[in-house]
Amino acid sequence: VSQAASWLKVDGFTRKSMRKAQKQKKSQGSSQFRTQTFTELSPLPQLKDAPSTEQQELFTQKLQQCCMLFDFMDSVTDLKSKEIKRATLNELVDYVSTNRGVLVEAAYPEISNMICTNIFRTLPPSENPDFDPEEDEPTLEASWPHIQLVYEFLLRFLENPDFQPSIAKRYIDQKFVLQLLELFDSEDPRERDFLKTVLHRIYGKFLGLRAFIRKQINNIFLRFIYETDHFNGVAELLEILGSIINGFALPLKAEHKQFLMKVLIPMHTAKGLALFHAQLAYCVVQFLEKDPTLTEPVIRGLLKFWPKTCSQKEVMYLGEMEEILDVIEPTQFKKIQEPLFKQISRCVANPHFQVAERALYFWNNEYILSLIEENIDKILPIMFGSLYRISKEHWNPTIVALVYNVLKTLMEMNSTLFDELTASYKSDRQREKKKEQEREELWKKLDELKLSDAAALVQNNSHGLQNNNSNNNNHQENQEKGTAVIATDHEDPVVAMDTAENVKGVKTAK
Amino acid sequence: MNQSSFISGADGDDSLYPIAVLIDELRNEDVQLRLNSIKKLSTIALALGVERTRTELLPFLTDTIYDEDEVLLALAEQLGNFTMLVGGPEYVHCLLPPLESLATVEETVVRDKAVESLRKISQEHSPVDLEVHFEPLVKRLASGDWFTSRTSACGLFSVCYPRVSSTVKAEIRQHFRTLCSDDTPMVRRAAASKLGEFAKVLELDYVKSDIISLFTALASDEQDSVRLLAVEACVSIASLLPQEDLETLVMPTLRQAAEDKSWRVRYMVADKFSELQKAVGPEITKNDLVPAFQNLLKDCEAEVRSAAAKKIKEFCENLPEDSRETIIMTHILSCVKELVSDTSQHVKSALASVIMGLSTILGKDNTVEHLLPLFLAQLKDECPEVRLNIISNLDCVNEVIGIRQLSQSLLPAIVELAEDAKWRVRLAIIEYMPLLAGQLGVEFFDEKLNTLCMAWLIDHVYAIREAATCNLMKLVEKFGAEWAQNTIVPKVLGMANDPNYLHRMTTLFCINSLSEACGQDITTKHMLPVVLKMSNDQVANVRFNVAKSLQKIGPVLDSNALQTEVKPVLEKLATDTDMDVKYFAQEAIRVLALA
Repeated sequence: VSQAASWLKVDGFTRKSMRKAQKQKKSQGSSQFRTQTFTELSPLPQLKDAPSTEQQELFTQKLQQCCMLFDFMDSVTDLKSKEIKRATLNELVDYVSTNRGVLVEAAYPEISNMICTNIFRTLPPSENPDFDPEEDEPTLEASWPHIQLVYEFLLRFLENPDFQPSIAKRYIDQKFVLQLLELFDSEDPRERDFLKTVLHRIYGKFLGLRAFIRKQINNIFLRFIYETDHFNGVAELLEILGSIINGFALPLKAEHKQFLMKVLIPMHTAKGLALFHAQLAYCVVQFLEKDPTLTEPVIRGLLKFWPKTCSQKEVMYLGEMEEILDVIEPTQFKKIQEPLFKQISRCVANPHFQVAERALYFWNNEYILSLIEENIDKILPIMFGSLYRISKEHWNPTIVALVYNVLKTLMEMNSTLFDELTASYKSDRQREKKKEQEREELWKKLDELKLSDAAALVQNNSHGLQNNNSNNNNHQENQEKGTAVIATDHEDPVVAMDTAENVKGVKTAK
Repeated sequence: MNQSSFISGADGDDSLYPIAVLIDELRNEDVQLRLNSIKKLSTIALALGVERTRTELLPFLTDTIYDEDEVLLALAEQLGNFTMLVGGPEYVHCLLPPLESLATVEETVVRDKAVESLRKISQEHSPVDLEVHFEPLVKRLASGDWFTSRTSACGLFSVCYPRVSSTVKAEIRQHFRTLCSDDTPMVRRAAASKLGEFAKVLELDYVKSDIISLFTALASDEQDSVRLLAVEACVSIASLLPQEDLETLVMPTLRQAAEDKSWRVRYMVADKFSELQKAVGPEITKNDLVPAFQNLLKDCEAEVRSAAAKKIKEFCENLPEDSRETIIMTHILSCVKELVSDTSQHVKSALASVIMGLSTILGKDNTVEHLLPLFLAQLKDECPEVRLNIISNLDCVNEVIGIRQLSQSLLPAIVELAEDAKWRVRLAIIEYMPLLAGQLGVEFFDEKLNTLCMAWLIDHVYAIREAATCNLMKLVEKFGAEWAQNTIVPKVLGMANDPNYLHRMTTLFCINSLSEACGQDITTKHMLPVVLKMSNDQVANVRFNVAKSLQKIGPVLDSNALQTEVKPVLEKLATDTDMDVKYFAQEAIRVLALA
């Protein structure tokens, strides 16, 4: 939002600690751009004390009274009226949940109006422009004391045995649902939780809205993936979808398959995957249990988006892959085993021990093991190189021990092949090296061709340049070489570095 | 498999590179290698020649590429510069098929790049080719099933519209209309964001008949993300229309946007306020925009207020001259006063970055009476960024009332910023030091600020020490060599005996940047002896920096000093036990030609 924020961002060293220090003075936000003129509320008589002939009229009056909105950012004003509204809302919740016959047709527009006025609002801008849901405290909705009761009321209304969707659909329509879905972006987890239940009820009761709801969720997800990379309610929406997918009829409609391939799979690329990965993986597995022929495209999709640099995500992908393999049919497995095990072989050789470990755990899974055994002739040649190499090279002893076990298991599955691969390991590596050299040769020759179009040349070289600058900022402190440091200095990180590589770094830094 | 043909190609005729080898490269299992190959696609094309690029390479790219987005992005970019490689404008349409499929992929960056390349090569099409090849592609994209192709189409209408026949023009307008009311918000957003651009290439009558209704519809879309894009379009549209039509065609929508229930839309209005102001002209500004601006400055969301606050200076500058002062004094100033004590620091700092600019507009008397108290209040603000923004804009006030009025309040503010816990704040204030020194004069500087400048030299953050060094150089440039010799040189040289090697190195860094400004005399007499003495330092880092310093100050010294004093020391360092010291000593000997 301003320069201050960007300053904090650039300074990677103090960011976290500074954020903690700032520790939101007010962790509450609310946005009501109101045009209402305020009038003080005065208490109405209790519904239970009113004669039954007047109850309906009083119910309406109370609903109307609850349409008055208050500023909760200001905690000192209108205390009396705020309290009256709170008590009234409580009474209304109680009234619709314990009484029969109160939901007459005339009450629906009043109820709908009260709900819409209170909960539908533009969510406030985030207090913290780079809000990290894993790290930061969420900003809570300031007007929660009232809004909570309105949500409570909405739920009781939907669950009331007298509730009639045929009347309600005039009010709970597409526009209503659209606004409800926008609210899922609320930073307040309490609100999202209510919304989840509310939407679930609506999906269950209004058949005519189902396709619309799915389509809008689709749109929200696409915006999340490709435009904003930010939406707080992804996990909640996925949770609802999990149960929706469960209820899909077979054969699956093209629309649903498209949703899986074009929305759910690309969703794995999101920055905040950790926040909703469990729900997402559940949805994916649900699909595969419905229709096993989707296995191949799903796995290929995941392989396409496989994380390149984020180890934490890679572990999540591996977890999901194991869930998928748990339900895979052997015929499907055969179709994707090669690309899949090429990836697994890369994971096993990953220098990050958690990634390697997670991949090696596949060999503890009985079902996966049986699939591997059935296809050992294909899988062993793919896996062998990595396993053999890291059994000698990996820095982490636990990984090395696990790798030995895996090699042993694989050897037992087909010892002849295993021996052949061991014997040819060296010559294979040499062949690879030779191929690599030939590649370089080829490119060298190609580069020697003079490009007649100079512009094309410049264009080719311009790619690498931008990245170099951004890294320099924080390295300044490291410039001093530290081989012979005698003077003590506590701030500048000085690492004893003797290797030729680091010395070179010093020279080129100037 | 292609071994033999590869060798024959390499030996002799360059045009014989078999496409299979090249395509193998594009198919390599390793993404990084594929990416490298794609980035050198022009090399491959050159090796193949224009004919085979058209008949073999492009069909391959169109048909078989299903790849990582990263690779596709590089491909999309490459193809935009491929015209010459396929044989020039005559054949440029060969590039359309691969770009068309890239324009339909899911990933936004790839798609955007494909559209960018398509826009680029559209200019290289002849009018005939544009109608025969390019425009049908746009139509196909515009009526695609999945939203991605329709989104891409939005960016292509405006580049082909001006150069096609009127029948085709009518079709294009129809397609654009359809996309503006598309079912998916993604497409409506894309259309809304291109509305202004499209309006610019349309004939005025169609702007009035077509664009205005689309604009009105998008500006009242159910999604605020669409509405706010319409605000952007508003600027372009308003500047296309004659003044007399603005009131009826644009203003109702603009008024509505300024009071939209979503803060994002109001934010956008505030953010585009100066552009809007220019587009609608002085009369509408006076009647409509002034009250709208007041409301934005008082908005309930801090985001909106700060966007509006940033525009205060520009808005006031662009007010019609005859009523400027009156409007500011009666309508704007009261809002500004309130913003000085706003609850949000972002709002205050946005204000602080422009408020000084008002003094030139309002003149001396008004500045002293109305603005000065506000400046002083902001100089005492609890948020360092607010104070910094005031200090960084001092030059505006200096011109109008002179800085003396402020100097008493200025000093405490500067001292506090100079000692701020955040090093980026310290860095910022250092950067203003030369400016401040120039305005406050040498006396004030020596008395109040000199100690600060020296203290930064031993800051624990390297960036601050570096900036402090650079700052000294600028001060010397301002105050002269004599001043340097009396005030800073002794202090700098004193640090050469500091127990902390980082401080000793700072001496060297200072000498590097001061020697030129101080001149030969001071450098030879005072600085050189210190540098030479430091060549015996026990820390290797200091020693190789001595070598570097000697290389740096060498050109300032006379040849006698170089030969008799510098040369022996560098020769000694060149035999140092540390390989870096050796390296830099040899480097210095080479550069100074002392060998």
